[in-house]
Amino acid sequence: MSKKLLVIGESRDNSLRNVTFEAIAAARKIAADGEIVGVLFGAEDLATQANEMIYYGADRVITVQHDNLKNYTSDGYGQATMAVVEEESPDVIVMGHTAIGKDVTPKVASKLNTGLISDVTTIDFDGDTAVFTRPIYSGKAFEKKVITDGIVFVTVRPNNIPALERDESRTGDVQAKEVEIKDLRTIIKEVVRKTSEGVDMSEASVVVAGGRAVKSEEGFKPLYELAELLGGAVGASRGACDAGYCDYSLQIGQTGKVVTPDLYIAVGISGAIQHLAGMSNSKVIVAINKDPEANIFNVADYGIVGDMFEVVPMLIEEIKKIKA
Amino acid sequence: MNIYVLLKKTFDTEEKIVVSNGQIEEDAAEFIINPYDEYAVEEAIKQRDEHGGEVTVVTVGDEDSEKQLRTALAMGADKAVLINTEDDLEEGDQFTTAKILEAFFEEKEVDLILAGNVAIDEASGQVGPRLASSLDIPYVTTITKLEIDGETVKIEKDVEGDMEIIETSLPLLVTCQQGLNEPRYPSLPGIMKAKKKPLEELEIDDLDIDEDDVEPKTKTIDIFLPPEKEAGRVLEGELEAQVKELVSLLRTEAKVL
Repeated sequence: MSKKLLVIGESRDNSLRNVTFEAIAAARKIAADGEIVGVLFGAEDLATQANEMIYYGADRVITVQHDNLKNYTSDGYGQATMAVVEEESPDVIVMGHTAIGKDVTPKVASKLNTGLISDVTTIDFDGDTAVFTRPIYSGKAFEKKVITDGIVFVTVRPNNIPALERDESRTGDVQAKEVEIKDLRTIIKEVVRKTSEGVDMSEASVVVAGGRAVKSEEGFKPLYELAELLGGAVGASRGACDAGYCDYSLQIGQTGKVVTPDLYIAVGISGAIQHLAGMSNSKVIVAINKDPEANIFNVADYGIVGDMFEVVPMLIEEIKKIKA
Repeated sequence: MNIYVLLKKTFDTEEKIVVSNGQIEEDAAEFIINPYDEYAVEEAIKQRDEHGGEVTVVTVGDEDSEKQLRTALAMGADKAVLINTEDDLEEGDQFTTAKILEAFFEEKEVDLILAGNVAIDEASGQVGPRLASSLDIPYVTTITKLEIDGETVKIEKDVEGDMEIIETSLPLLVTCQQGLNEPRYPSLPGIMKAKKKPLEELEIDDLDIDEDDVEPKTKTIDIFLPPEKEAGRVLEGELEAQVKELVSLLRTEAKVL
């Protein structure tokens, strides 16, 4: 019998996050001939987003629309997820390893009494068994895990499993499901936007990160300009955060975010082992540092020894030229 | 208030990871309190000092975890509990740990449980939310501010760089993110006092569970190191020429622009 796979989607600013499409691709990889059922929650109409999931490979989509699903809460999403899971009895559940994915999946796993493999970067097979690779020690090592009992339940790290090609000719059923969402025990009073529109560091294809050598909050400005030019996000080393040049939410490293963008530009970052753990699996690494002995050059694909305050503006100008 | 902290020991962040036969070598490694759990210990102490009550740190681990529990006591926690699974369980996963903790907390009166956002080794961040779910109490992950006023709790939560302001109530489980506080170092008198503070050791028998109840749902079949990254090219020449060359390499060779 073919497998049934649930993919729980996630949107930001009313459009689906790329990791949702990657999760669909992951589900397809787990069961090539399985039925992929997309799942979406929200307070507004979800039909457009549901169709997007179908274009990216879902066979059908279930939407749950409720005022109490306007903001994510573990209670709201937990109730909605459980209602869908109980109706569909899936063999597999896949979700993105995002703030929401990390928060809600352990609750669902606990309710279902199942295992959960978080933060998967690669999927392969041992015979018929899906084997999930995930980083441990912030990417200093990797482990291969299998589910030994119950539902195959995983979250996938953004930017690692490529999405399938978008195909607008695909069609599928979109079913609006009524679920009572009640007794929320946590209430979101306010969401304070601190990041730039749309680009989240863990999903960004380019990350421009600054270290202590950036010297001040003001010093980060050219980094923001460079990141914006490349459609990327800004990150920082612990040193820069501790010095108060930027918010802790930007910290990359063993304590902090782990990122794997296509392009990582390390500006004035020496490259302590804790920082390398958070970024060394990026696809291409560029290091800009005054100190030719800086450890960051040992992991960089391309290095420029020089003063960031000279190099970064030049780089911005040069990239503007090719973009023009 | 009855405040509990879930604490785990992890490799020192300075450690290089050595793998042999698909296992991580632990023998020569230095262990520390998981850095995110340090925020939890610090916050627990601060909340107790403000509202009264008692802080108990709990670890599911092995004999050696006593060292990290003593450190938490030296920071100012009142009591420690080590649930030692060394002799009873060959392996475990997040399901296992959460089940053991569920059994431990079953009979306890709890106001607040604090844990780290993730442990920096396994980094799954599952145990806290799993435990809250099975105890049927609300939870908020990655918090950066915690204000308790009677039963009402006001929280600031980091959501991928943005901030949510959340209202909820006790009993509650939270997981701690950096930015929440600045963990203190144990003082010398603190270290002396910690030696005399109660550290209870339990085995899973004492919690009325046996091996089958907590059998893991997942299995690690291999551990390996990422391929050694070769040092790349450090460009040479005039700065301006280097920048031009870099942009050209990123376009044509690396194909990321």
